Amino acid sequence: MNEKAMRKSRWITTVSLIIIIGITYLSAVITEFNFIDSVATLPKALSWIFANLWITQETWERLPAILGKLNETIFMSIAATTLAAIISLFLGLMGSKTTKVNNVFSVLARLIASFSRNIPVVAWSLILLISFGQNSLTGFLALFVGTLGFLTRAFIESIDEASQSAVEALQATGATYAHIVNKAVIPQSLPQMLSWILFMIETNIRSATLVGILTGTGIGYTFDLYYKSLNYNAVALVTFTIVIAVIIIELISNRIRKVIL
Amino acid sequence: MSLLQVEGLGKSYNLETKVLKDVNFTVETGEFVSVIGPSGAGKSTLLRCINRMVEINEGKVIFNNLDVGSLKKKDLRKLRTDIGMVFQHYNLVPRLTVIENVLHGRFGYKTTLQGVLGRFSEEEKEQAFFLLQKLGIEEHAYKRCDQLSGGQQQRVGICRALIQDPKLILCDEPIASLDPNSSKVIMDHLKSITNDLGITCLVNLHQVEVAQDYSDRIIGLRKGEIVFDGKSALLREEQINHIYGTERRELITV
Repeated sequence: MNEKAMRKSRWITTVSLIIIIGITYLSAVITEFNFIDSVATLPKALSWIFANLWITQETWERLPAILGKLNETIFMSIAATTLAAIISLFLGLMGSKTTKVNNVFSVLARLIASFSRNIPVVAWSLILLISFGQNSLTGFLALFVGTLGFLTRAFIESIDEASQSAVEALQATGATYAHIVNKAVIPQSLPQMLSWILFMIETNIRSATLVGILTGTGIGYTFDLYYKSLNYNAVALVTFTIVIAVIIIELISNRIRKVIL
Repeated sequence: MSLLQVEGLGKSYNLETKVLKDVNFTVETGEFVSVIGPSGAGKSTLLRCINRMVEINEGKVIFNNLDVGSLKKKDLRKLRTDIGMVFQHYNLVPRLTVIENVLHGRFGYKTTLQGVLGRFSEEEKEQAFFLLQKLGIEEHAYKRCDQLSGGQQQRVGICRALIQDPKLILCDEPIASLDPNSSKVIMDHLKSITNDLGITCLVNLHQVEVAQDYSDRIIGLRKGEIVFDGKSALLREEQINHIYGTERRELITV
């Protein structure tokens, strides 16, 4: 029986691999995508990048303006994430199996979470652009909505995983709901939640660039502006500052994570 | 009047299977009673019906002259302060200190605001340290619970139950995750709780020998029904076989 099952699973692996290769080939044929041609263009593309995306002396003069926009973007991401985190905490408590108040709120919380999560941030920014117009509020809201869904989902899982047993014990002592949440659920799942919030801040700084291009705000707008005016040197500088900013944020949040976990 | 009366208790989680069927027994103040039976016999469910951690479907549980099944939220909370609970997996908050976990046992007596702000009186803190000392873990009072061994964590769990000042302590397989030495320490402490403090103990156990050694009375549960209820000394080989079915002998010879 056991040997048979093992053989079967090996066979399944082989077949899956063949199917995947088949699908890849078929998609390439249908879309007329030629792998060898695309590899052949690579050197040319790279040489274009090295020739044009170069930070020159005069572009450095634009640095203060770019940094100003970058700052705006970073703080917008942080603000969107923290505000979303506060609301997600409530939704997470409602949605979690261990701390739910009743089924109606639980379903509602999960519904809000999956609705806002399953529509990509890009789509949110375009939808919100129509109703709120081209300003930084639109970018903020787009990030906020996407983050809300993701963090609620993550918080529900953190709460369920971390505190189910302690919640049962505190219920058995006659503790109230507020006691249980404040003294068992939060202390136990806070490090994980903070870790998710830091992750989301990182992610949001990255997506803020894209959201900015679409909604005309922050560093994304600057990027778009230079790109469309063919000022590739400035584009390179913008890209460079974004990369540096993301790396710095990542280093900081890794340090914070090490301390809290 | 008995401390605890269980009358015709029935419980099912779904339509097909009944976990408990017409369970009847009484427990007097100061008794040490063990509930034994194979896994899935309904031991944990039985315990959780007594402090209504699971809802009661049929029959009645009367604790301290109160009908547990019909209590409103506020009264249920009050009832639970009178019943301590000790768990197989200790169910502490691992990231908090030992003393914080012990004081959690006082939440039943606190208003929401007092509890959230963590306001505990000097007497409560002294009592917490006294209990930690009694169970021999006062030197770990300021350590985080996840740094303690299983046996030590279970002693924290017992302190948390005792600081409630309960009339009854329910123990759901308190030694199932412990090594023999720690198991003995825990069982000795539970026994002394009944003997010295006069607190009634109702203990779920897997190990028949342990139940026979420690308890005044044994209740044997099989497929949700009581098949034995009597003094530990009266539990003979054939009754044990009846409780556990035929699998028991195979298990023990391994």
